Amino acid sequence: MQITPLGDNALVLELGTVINESTHRHVQAAWRALAAAPLPAVSELVPAYTTVTIFYDPWAAVQAGAPAMGIADWLGGLVRERLKHPPKMEKAKPRVVEIPVCYGGEFGPDLARVAAQAKLSPEEVIKRHTKAEYLVHLIGFAPGFPYLGGLPKELHTPRHAKPRMTVPPGSVAIGGEQTGIYPLATPGGWNLIGRTPRRIFRPEQTPPVLLAAGDRVKFRAITPGEFSQQEERP
Amino acid sequence: MMRVSKPGLLTTVQDLGRPGYQQYGIVVGGALDSFAARAVNLCVGNDDNAALLEMAQTGPDLVFEQDVLVAWGGADFDATVSGQPLPRDRAVRIAAGEVVSFGLARAGLRAWLAIAGGIDVPLVMGSRTTYRRAGIGGHQGRPLVAGDVLKLFAPSPWARQILGSLQSGLKRAVTWTVRPETMGQPAKPGVVRALRGPECDWFAKEAQRAFFAAEWTATKEADRMGVRLSGPELPLLKPREMISSSVNAGVVQVPASGQPIVLLPSRQSVGGYPRLVAVLSADLGRFTQMRPGDKVRFVETTLAAAHDIYLARERDLARVRLGLARLAG
Repeated sequence: MQITPLGDNALVLELGTVINESTHRHVQAAWRALAAAPLPAVSELVPAYTTVTIFYDPWAAVQAGAPAMGIADWLGGLVRERLKHPPKMEKAKPRVVEIPVCYGGEFGPDLARVAAQAKLSPEEVIKRHTKAEYLVHLIGFAPGFPYLGGLPKELHTPRHAKPRMTVPPGSVAIGGEQTGIYPLATPGGWNLIGRTPRRIFRPEQTPPVLLAAGDRVKFRAITPGEFSQQEERP
Repeated sequence: MMRVSKPGLLTTVQDLGRPGYQQYGIVVGGALDSFAARAVNLCVGNDDNAALLEMAQTGPDLVFEQDVLVAWGGADFDATVSGQPLPRDRAVRIAAGEVVSFGLARAGLRAWLAIAGGIDVPLVMGSRTTYRRAGIGGHQGRPLVAGDVLKLFAPSPWARQILGSLQSGLKRAVTWTVRPETMGQPAKPGVVRALRGPECDWFAKEAQRAFFAAEWTATKEADRMGVRLSGPELPLLKPREMISSSVNAGVVQVPASGQPIVLLPSRQSVGGYPRLVAVLSADLGRFTQMRPGDKVRFVETTLAAAHDIYLARERDLARVRLGLARLAG
């Protein structure tokens, strides 16, 4: 376990070097242990694929007893200590979140492109995309945007050479080896295969996003009629 | 109440940002130069985190409904009140109905204006910072436009006392100043101090040397998320894909094009490019003032030295805070 400074107010805790389930479990365990009780001077913990980044205020650290010339070592020591003796926690049971998706048509203009690339029928693409279970490795890029692992190999499809100027919020897309959901109307180069009526980013709620790192995601195909019925609006 | 008669190019409500939500992909943002924002808030008796205005290149014209105490600092704007120069880096009295006009930045790019009490906009996820891309925070989640009217919180007793003494003495401004750029151990002009980043070793030795030896030029590609620099190519030792991980304000990431980007507070929460170095918090403000064509050099420092610099600035600000508190009461 390596701890590396990221500027004068953050430390990166490295828990693996490859993206896989085992690294993910280590990241989740470390994140939960560090978040279970406040650490002095720490303002924020941010998990990613292989790391947990610890943001801190050096001034607050000194007020909390850190030696002025050894702040990072002092905080690094507290982190290691916490991970060695994690507080008693309930065993984390991954949450499975079902995401309804209306595939194809105006909701998924690139479904045919993905099907052609995979040499499958659009129906078969939908079947395989909904059959898989995906792991939310991390949330980033945009508010609530999940980096999902577990896209079946045959559905891997290169990104568009020229990104769309705007992608409708809720679009479910495939970019290279990844699949994800666009939370906001943003430019985007991924292949749009469908759209969910659920809101991914909902700033008025707690938490403000639908998905969290560690969740499992299952997509479920719905009809345009069901989409209109289920559409969530701010 | 504060009425916006001209909005300026990009005037937004900011505080010290929205930490705690990066795990949800929500950017921290906040005043791009947090130390400059804290200094002007201090001048008008506000908490460090009070909401204020950030302006860029062309500032706003503002009119207040009541007499207020304000302070501004940052870039060298052509600021006036009722046609007279508006003193900077200190508490200034503005009478009801007077027009405060920021005009153009003559040097630098961004400035911050604090009003005693702070701007009263709703807290969204614990912050009043405008998050433009998500359309939340600040004033209706967007930059100010002409005709906007913003509410203000009541000034602190300290600010009321300072305002009262300016009013009775018919004075425009106090005589003391708070100048954040002189606090702590400022870097030399044209130089910023940086720490090695987690992927520094991914770069060829010559690339690491070139990075610290070169004079870098700010490009047009610059916004609240970051500033792209132009200079020598920075090749990796061998082609290598980075696994997306956290970034931080000040991180210099190097995309495949080889031209580095210095990240500013409205950066994304994660990035997928190697993190070559990270600029010290104390020197990050330099990049918020850079215009295309401005030059900068990087000098490497140690984490212990970086913390020494960080603490020196905080100690100076704390000392000024104590001094100002003694002025009233």
